[in-house]
Amino acid sequence: MQVPAPFEYERATSVDQAIGLLERLGNSARLVAGGHSLLPMMKLRLANFEYLIDINDLHGELGYIRLGAGEVRIGAMTRHRELLESDALAEVFPIFRDAERVIADPIVRNRGTLGGSLCQADPSEDLSAVCTTLDASCVIRGPRNTERVVSMEEFHVGPYETAVADNEILTEIRIPVKPYASGSAYAKVERRAGDWAVVSAGAAIWLDAAGRIADARVGLAAVGPNTTGIPEISAALRGQEPAEALYELAGAIAARTCDPVTDTRGSADYKRHLADELTRRTLRTAVSRARS
Amino acid sequence: MQVTVTVNGVEYTKEIEGRLLLVHFLRDVLGLTGTHWGCDTSNCGTCVVWMDGEPVKSCTVLAAMAGGREVRTVEGLANGAELDPIQEGFRQCHGLQCGFCTPGMLMTCRHLLDKNPDPTEGEIREAISGQICRCTGYSSIVRSVRWAAVHEAASK
Ligand SMILES: Cc1cc2nc3c(=O)[nH]c(=O)nc-3n(C[C@H](O)[C@H](O)[C@H](O)COP(=O)(O)OP(=O)(O)OC[C@H]3O[C@@H](n4cnc5c(N)ncnc54)[C@H](O)[C@@H]3O)c2cc1C
Ligand code: FES
Ligand code: FES
Repeated sequence: MQVPAPFEYERATSVDQAIGLLERLGNSARLVAGGHSLLPMMKLRLANFEYLIDINDLHGELGYIRLGAGEVRIGAMTRHRELLESDALAEVFPIFRDAERVIADPIVRNRGTLGGSLCQADPSEDLSAVCTTLDASCVIRGPRNTERVVSMEEFHVGPYETAVADNEILTEIRIPVKPYASGSAYAKVERRAGDWAVVSAGAAIWLDAAGRIADARVGLAAVGPNTTGIPEISAALRGQEPAEALYELAGAIAARTCDPVTDTRGSADYKRHLADELTRRTLRTAVSRARS
Repeated sequence: MQVTVTVNGVEYTKEIEGRLLLVHFLRDVLGLTGTHWGCDTSNCGTCVVWMDGEPVKSCTVLAAMAGGREVRTVEGLANGAELDPIQEGFRQCHGLQCGFCTPGMLMTCRHLLDKNPDPTEGEIREAISGQICRCTGYSSIVRSVRWAAVHEAASK
């Protein structure tokens, strides 16, 4: 029987109260959102804390998807299911629905949150790859109403490590809506339904009035210590006419620059092959969506 | 700590440890052993119950997190001696063999039918994709859900 080591349970009723608790309890405390990454780790005793602060009651305050003209804002407590079901979000960024269809299973998706996914900072986390692809930034709130906004690159410090300090909480993700025709897509290869990725890739494309690529981004998961964007691909694609040869080039860059390891999910070579193939596929889909 | 949870319409207040998982609270503290406990790793789904109307894997929810919330378990499906149509469907179409996965399957499929009274085979398979049945091969579970859908529609 897997049971976490003993801890005290606290329930937060507002963001500010959660921060107050974190300030008082320091690094002996941890927030629990959906609990679908943290509780399994605590059951295996890979993580132990003296206090857990349950933030599920903050769903009212932090569970939202707000579409603005220049930006989409998503609250950290928004659950996978809500991201999957939002037609408005799928309209602007279809990559979310593509990804949510293949993240875990419907029951896990009822609990897991956007904030928990990003803060877990697992290199295989699909939503991290989505947010990296979309050039999202993360809003982090700390004591005395201080708020800072960091890029995904700054947010993920290393595997299982983020820029969120012990007395801070991730409140919101902001995604820029650029003034171009845009398309995005996500693809994942998994060993069985609901499993973590062998490799997954996201792509986003912005086309100017002439149909050329104003900007392009690719984000990969499960092929390195972090889900990072690949600036070299963006640089190679900008200003170009979308074409199969270009996707091939991007795929080759993805395979060359990623850093997978051989494990039970596959060999490093196989994962590089997938990084190449999935980059091409998602770019192709993203372009066709941007054009339609 | 003290927790108050409503399970199948009955309010229970109990003294528990913060680390107690909801599945063990239901089975060991309340004696509601209809909810099963299998993989312990959020994969098999036999522990699925509803919390505030949503199916959750109760091996990955703290009992404390259910405080102040409404839980529904497989014991809450039948109305006295009268089976819920989803239970009757499983009975009619051999939706179970050993029965180990059944409580979780029933709770998920009941939720599916509440949201989508006429699900396709694909939608049923998607709904139970976070659950494992080692006996039936799933086909008879799909037939059971369809049986319930058809009979519910007919009785309305
Ligand atoms: C069976 C199973 C399969 C899965 N498959 C996939 C998959 O295919 N792809 C995938 O991407 N994920 C998968 N997941 C993970 C799932 O998406 C989790 O729900 C998610 O990783 C964590 O979200 P959570 O809300 O449950 O976070 P929690 O477990 O509650 O928290 C995770 C970490 O984030 C911290 N945290 C949470 N919220 C905040 C916040 N607002 N501010 C600061 N820190 C915070 C917590 O303190 C903790 O350290 C799977 C999980 C399970 C159980
Ligand atoms: S015991 Fe909860 S999912 Fe298997
Ligand atoms: S009936 Fe035996 S596991 Fe499903």
